[in-house]
Amino acid sequence: MTQTAALPPTPTPSSSQRHNQLLKATLALVRLGPLVMLGVLVLIMASVSPLFLTGRNLGNVGLEASVVAILALGQLLVIITAGIDLSQGSLIALTSVVGALWIRDLDIVSGWAVIPTMILAGGLAGAISGTLFVKGKIPHPFLPTLAMLMVARGLALLFSDGQPITGMPDAIRTLGSSRIGDVPVAVILVAALAVLIHVLLTRVTWGQWIYAIGANREGARRVGIPVDRVLISVYVLSGMAAGTAALVVSGQTNSAYPTAGNLMELSAIAAVIIGGASFFGGRGTVLGAIVGALILGVIQNGLNLLNVSAAWQYVALGTVVVIAVEMDVLRGYLESRLRIIRTEEKEA
Amino acid sequence: MTETAANDVTTPARDHGRQEPPVLEVRGAVKRFGAVTALGGVDLTLRRRQVVGLLGDNGAGKSTLIKAITGVHALDEGQILLDGEPVSIRTPTEARQHGIEAVYQDLALFDNLGIVSNLYLGNELTKPRRFRALGWLDRKAMERDARERLEKLQVNVPSFNSQIGLMSGGQRQAVAVARAVAFASRVLILDEPTAALGVRETRNVLDTISRLPEEHDLSVILISHNMDHVVQVCDEAVVMRQGRVVGSATPSPDTLQDIVSMIVGATGPGSTPPTGK
Repeated sequence: MTQTAALPPTPTPSSSQRHNQLLKATLALVRLGPLVMLGVLVLIMASVSPLFLTGRNLGNVGLEASVVAILALGQLLVIITAGIDLSQGSLIALTSVVGALWIRDLDIVSGWAVIPTMILAGGLAGAISGTLFVKGKIPHPFLPTLAMLMVARGLALLFSDGQPITGMPDAIRTLGSSRIGDVPVAVILVAALAVLIHVLLTRVTWGQWIYAIGANREGARRVGIPVDRVLISVYVLSGMAAGTAALVVSGQTNSAYPTAGNLMELSAIAAVIIGGASFFGGRGTVLGAIVGALILGVIQNGLNLLNVSAAWQYVALGTVVVIAVEMDVLRGYLESRLRIIRTEEKEA
Repeated sequence: MTETAANDVTTPARDHGRQEPPVLEVRGAVKRFGAVTALGGVDLTLRRRQVVGLLGDNGAGKSTLIKAITGVHALDEGQILLDGEPVSIRTPTEARQHGIEAVYQDLALFDNLGIVSNLYLGNELTKPRRFRALGWLDRKAMERDARERLEKLQVNVPSFNSQIGLMSGGQRQAVAVARAVAFASRVLILDEPTAALGVRETRNVLDTISRLPEEHDLSVILISHNMDHVVQVCDEAVVMRQGRVVGSATPSPDTLQDIVSMIVGATGPGSTPPTGK
């Protein structure tokens, strides 16, 4: 219908198609970015240290990564809604201390009952942050969760008199330090939680809603999603993730440290972002968050094996975060290019 | 490339059933934001299967009126009647329960989700129907239903799995309209549905709009700045200015000039509205 001859020089169909395909291929690669990055890191570490690929050491990597991975699963939900939870690290300390005191001071409570207590304590703290954010009309979740970061750390120090409390129940010790073969129990816990969150995100209405809220909160309200309640639920789950991570942390050392988990929320945020989630919401996957936590774990473990100082480890981790964020920028650019091309093709 | 307006498209005078009460009636709507009066007593009548164009300059109160009808803003004074019955619409959900759907310029879609998710967001089909938030998404049923609906609206989409954010402007708008049509049972409100669309895509959307009254038994309010589009698809043009309705006309090439004068205020508020024909 349209006369192509009259238009300014358009690329011949074949060349534009090739360009299109190149764009799509690059986009696919960028989307696989975190997985590629993990693969490359594993190859590098394996080639420089013969110890890296042993079953025992891989178990170590898993164990080191498991705490960050559990936090990241909660943080992921928050970040998909374009939020952030800064309180996770402090909540590890607070829930550990609450659990340890429960054991020490209330003999009636059996070891198993401490597990839900710690998880629910984290959930309660998350409910408070979330409610403050939503109902208190606080403009950004940075602020209520920052307040919770300070309050929870303070309470953990107060309740414990600033001293570690030793003596966690067997169930928690098992979670923190036992292995089945070379596989730490904590890794199995992470796998189970990852499957659960993945199903929630991809198969259940609630999962759709949190992606929708992250992309377009006002639009979500207009289509009738109970935005406030969904947002609060996300912070509850992030707090529960912190309580769950506290099980592993306190189980590893058989004690509750009021200083535990310091700055760990930042590792969790880094893992989620490295895993391809968008800091501006609406995007992120469970697989990505787990891969992100593993990337952090592999870098730390590998550099330990090579006797690289902790100072350089921080530099390496920071570099990885920057690379991951730039990949996300590149992805956004490629997608908008693709859309423009498609729109032009429609018009032509 | 402007299509010369409306020779074949002048809608045949439909019988809008003067006997039955209007589908939607707004009476004396007042909305203030602090000291600013966004709506100063607005009356609006929408008859069954009618397409009314709502016109006016930026800040005339069109958006506020629409938001009151769709439950985004609560009115300070005034009444909304559906089929002659006074109703209270305080939230978007209540508006949808009354069969009113809107397509907003910028808020209609969720770029990170696919077509099916976009169509059903907030109305998801779940396996145990009662657990809405934690229900298992019935993707197959939604996809089947979506396919039918899009076919009925003659919308072609590349693939059901592709993200909305990767689709062209026209396809996106088509999905947004399809979504609203699917869930509207009474009134469909379209806010600048052709903004940012190409020529052919615009024609598709306009064709769709003009088919809605007959094929879907819907009444439509269309907000547009494009007079040609209003002439093509609207049965009546209502002009707002400074929070009031300043006149209405049957849009045709002959009344176009009068309508434009009303929009820019050349006839002034309060003057007798010119009647088309």
